[in-house]
Amino acid sequence: MSTEGSFRILPRVTHANRHFWQGGERGQLVFLRCGRCGVYVHPPAPLCPVDHGKDLHPAVVSGRATIASFTVNHQAWLPGVALPYVIALVEIEEQAGLRLQTNIVECEIDAVHIGMPVEVVFEHREDPDADVWIPLFRPRGEA
Amino acid sequence: MARSDEFVEKRCVISGIGQSDVARRLGRDPLELTLDACLAAINDAGLDVKDIDGLSTYPGGMAPARGFSGGGAYDVIDALRLNVGWYDGGLETSGQLGSVIKACLAVGAGLCNHVVCFRSVWEGTAQGSGGRAAVGMGNEAAGGGFHATGMMEWSLPFGAASAACWIAMYAQAHMHRYGTTSEQMAQIALNGRRNAALNPKAIYRDPLSMDDYMASRMITSPFRLFDCDVPCDGATAMIVSRAETAPDLRKAPIHVEAVGTALHDRPSWDQLKDLTRMCSHDAADQMWSRTDLKPSDVQIAELYDGFSYLTMNWLEALGLCPLGESGPFIEGGHRIARDGVLPLNTHGGQLSAGRLHGYGFLHEACVQLWGEGGDRQVAKPLQVAAVGAGGGNTCGCMLLTKGD
Repeated sequence: MSTEGSFRILPRVTHANRHFWQGGERGQLVFLRCGRCGVYVHPPAPLCPVDHGKDLHPAVVSGRATIASFTVNHQAWLPGVALPYVIALVEIEEQAGLRLQTNIVECEIDAVHIGMPVEVVFEHREDPDADVWIPLFRPRGEA
Repeated sequence: MARSDEFVEKRCVISGIGQSDVARRLGRDPLELTLDACLAAINDAGLDVKDIDGLSTYPGGMAPARGFSGGGAYDVIDALRLNVGWYDGGLETSGQLGSVIKACLAVGAGLCNHVVCFRSVWEGTAQGSGGRAAVGMGNEAAGGGFHATGMMEWSLPFGAASAACWIAMYAQAHMHRYGTTSEQMAQIALNGRRNAALNPKAIYRDPLSMDDYMASRMITSPFRLFDCDVPCDGATAMIVSRAETAPDLRKAPIHVEAVGTALHDRPSWDQLKDLTRMCSHDAADQMWSRTDLKPSDVQIAELYDGFSYLTMNWLEALGLCPLGESGPFIEGGHRIARDGVLPLNTHGGQLSAGRLHGYGFLHEACVQLWGEGGDRQVAKPLQVAAVGAGGGNTCGCMLLTKGD
């Protein structure tokens, strides 16, 4: 399935989240990371939740993830959305428990399953305020 | 750990309950419904408006979506010209019951003696014929306009616009790990509907079969239409009183044996440690640490079913069935029926009796403990009831007892 052309409500890009929503312009999935302890911090926060330091910097991750759970949504919560679509929680390879809500694309709906290896792919959306690159995930072969 | 007699909720009782008219859409002033419920509860307790010196409500007057609040603390204080020693209204608390538990704390702290607690909704009228999409997605209140901001920043861009989607993913994870089935989950809806048939104020009272359930349209898998509660108009209220006031009360009061409010995980719908648990487990563990009673003492359970799976989660959180085994526990529906070992959601729950949002469960627990259930009254004598409300990162629970 594809979500190209399907309506999305876009995030508002701010100083705090620019690394995440615009990293995809360079094909990169980016999270804040603590320079001292190395933990990835999501959603973005002013300080590290582990050591409370403020040495946080954007860091690129592999974009590889695993589906932790998913739902096939059939309900038109918003107008102009192509149905059905898969909403998933994916856990990134670099840090257990760091999950993103996302959509699974380039995959038959019936093939989506918990534990499925996936990789990031970005969908560019233009916005008069600031363009965003929405991180979606597609199946990946066993690496 | 303090001695058990030091837990301040034990100084509190529920002395009266009240409920407005309830319907899919009433088209009436929400504040009028709120006041109907409050006055009914005050009257039920045998008190006068002048006796009320505290007020607590969820979510208060600043609601994130139309229809979500039928009046705030100040609205009711002013309408009834209350003189309060303490009042509170707010959304950031341990689920809807957090507001009742805060009332217990205020009474326990000596700030007031009789607290009117209420939850009022008019989501049915607010949605009109436009459905959920007609009342916004929660981002407007954050100043987001057409952008997703706040918590919704991480879900709305992906079309995960409703708690239905988030909680569906918990249910899916539970099914994956424990082998829970849709036929098992259906029992929450079927049991609720059987009970609703005997509740004159329930929204949906027609029989619901397993075939009807399985044939209903998928909303967001594994949730079908009948796994989702029904928006409605209505207000529910109860009075939390100081236990020593019992001689002034009309009825033998219901004792607050223990409460649970804990949140030991991230306050998030997607970053929580274990997708098959919610902070209901934290709240329930805390509640059991504050009483000598055990899960096996619970005779009736009224557990939140904004989505059917949430009730299953509460059964596990409260230890009313083993972890991961809520599916087998409710299978067939006989254990949770009115004549079963653990009658559950005896008014029909929010799935069939309407989304009165948490307070309906506490109201029903009181109805049953007082033996006021009419056709739906559980036959066996009841002394201990468990109530849990909320889901995800906002959960609270209460254990209620009634003496002979």
